[in-house]
Parts: sequence; C-alpha cells; structure tokens
Amino acid sequence: MIDPAYRSFVSYIDKSREFYGAHGYERPYQWAYHADTPPFAPLPGLLATLRLGVVTTTFPPLPSGQERPPKQAYAAPVDPPPTAMFTEDLSWDKDATHTDDPESFLPLARLGEQVAAGRLGSLSPRFYGVPTEYSQRRTLTVDAPAILDLLREDGVDVALLVPL
Amino acid sequence: MSLVARHLEANGIPTVIVGSARDIVEQAGVARFLFVDFPLGNPMGKPYEVAQQRTITAAALDLLERAWVPRTTVQADVTWGDDSWRAVYMRVDDGNRAALAAAGEARRNEQAAAKVDGRARND
Repeated sequence: MIDPAYRSFVSYIDKSREFYGAHGYERPYQWAYHADTPPFAPLPGLLATLRLGVVTTTFPPLPSGQERPPKQAYAAPVDPPPTAMFTEDLSWDKDATHTDDPESFLPLARLGEQVAAGRLGSLSPRFYGVPTEYSQRRTLTVDAPAILDLLREDGVDVALLVPL
Repeated sequence: MSLVARHLEANGIPTVIVGSARDIVEQAGVARFLFVDFPLGNPMGKPYEVAQQRTITAAALDLLERAWVPRTTVQADVTWGDDSWRAVYMRVDDGNRAALAAAGEARRNEQAAAKVDGRARND
C-alpha cells in the first residue's frame, strides 16, 4: 500500500545500511555520491541513424562447477539472444519476482523491434556486461574503461545501461 | 553502473540508465535515468509481459533522444500492481533481528575459516 505521508519509492541506501547493520557490519557502504553537473554527451545524430549497445550487470550462464562469474567486463553476441542469464550473485528481490525472462532486464528482442520499426538505427552485434564491484575505484579504473573500449570496437554510438 | 554511465558520457557516448534503485542512481549523478518503480530484478518490464516491456523500451529511447540536461529523471508509466514488496525487501524488525545478527556472525566465521584455509577468493 502506498501511504502518501511517506516517500513512495524504496530507498535502497537506507534499506541496505539497516539490513547489513543488523547483520553486525558496523561500517555502512559508502555509495557513489556526486554533487556536480554530471557529464552529458548530446546525441550525435537522429536515433534512427545510430547504433545502440546494451550494458547489463548479469552474466552468461556459468560453466558447471563455477559458482560465480569472473569479475571482468565482457561482450557477447546478441544473435541469438540468450535464453537465460546468471543473476544469482546479484542483489535483487528474489521473493517478489524472478529473472527467467532475460527480456525483463536485457531487452535485445524489444530493441530489435525498434530497429525493425525504424525508430533505432541498429543494435550493436554484441551486448556488454560489467561486474558489480564493491570497489568504486575498480569500477572507475578497470571496468568502465573496458566497457568503453568494447563499445568503441563495435562502433556503438549510444548506450542503454540496465543494472539489475 | 552509474559510474560506467558517467565514464561513457565523459568520453562522448550518450547513455540512458533504466533502473529501479532511484536513490542510488540519482545520488551517483547520471545524465539520463528512466526510473521503473518495480522491485529489483525486472527494470525492463515484468517477465513475459511483452507489451509492458515495449512501453519501457520505447520510453528509454525517448529519454535518450529528448533529454537536454544531465540529471534528467523520468518515471516510466508502469505499475507493479501489488506494493507489498516495498516493506518486505530487506526488512529488519524485532521478529528477525536476532536471526539476522546470527546469520552475519555465521558468515564472518565462515569467511575467517576460509581465509585460514587459503580458500578465500580475492574478489
């Protein structure tokens, strides 16, 4: 039930601080915070002429015996779209929903429809994955530059980023 | 993911984030954010609900094209239906406080044991 006397959307910063605090972790996670005007790149042309790349925090299904995905950025073909992705290690609401339909977080078929309709120029032949790191320094110095390199290799003009 | 978005924008690639953790993304500060007020897990639409997935995908493209200043947040015109997940997810109350403390203690013991065994992964 929404009670308009309270903020309607969930604060995950508050929830996770209290949840892990209750587990006995005394120093709360310091989430990324910027008070600046964030960098903003204008579109280089009409969307109908541009190539889009999708970036996910999920990974392709793991080989048997492997419990966790490697902490490394990757690229994988969009055709055929994956029928399943590994999401178990990520924090999401495992009681309220499931991730059996990759289109619910990795919309390759839905974007293909937009290309077919002429709304979007093209979909990059690969989608991209970024590991979820505790260390923001590692995201900034290793993973983000790796994703940029992969996007540039494929001539991607614009990016759709979908954290699970 | 917000830090990746900022890096791409700084290097000339326009981005749109579609996500359900509004506070985390907005605090990090990104160029364009489509907020989907769903439980974490399905920011591009409920599983197998193709029409809703189309609505969200189209809204993401619209935002990519139309935003003219950074920190533009748009809320997608979709609802989950049942709101009970908001209170349940990561709930802490008197009913589970002792169990959570015990779970944390057990995990720390396990990690300490793994370290001694040399099984700890450096990740």
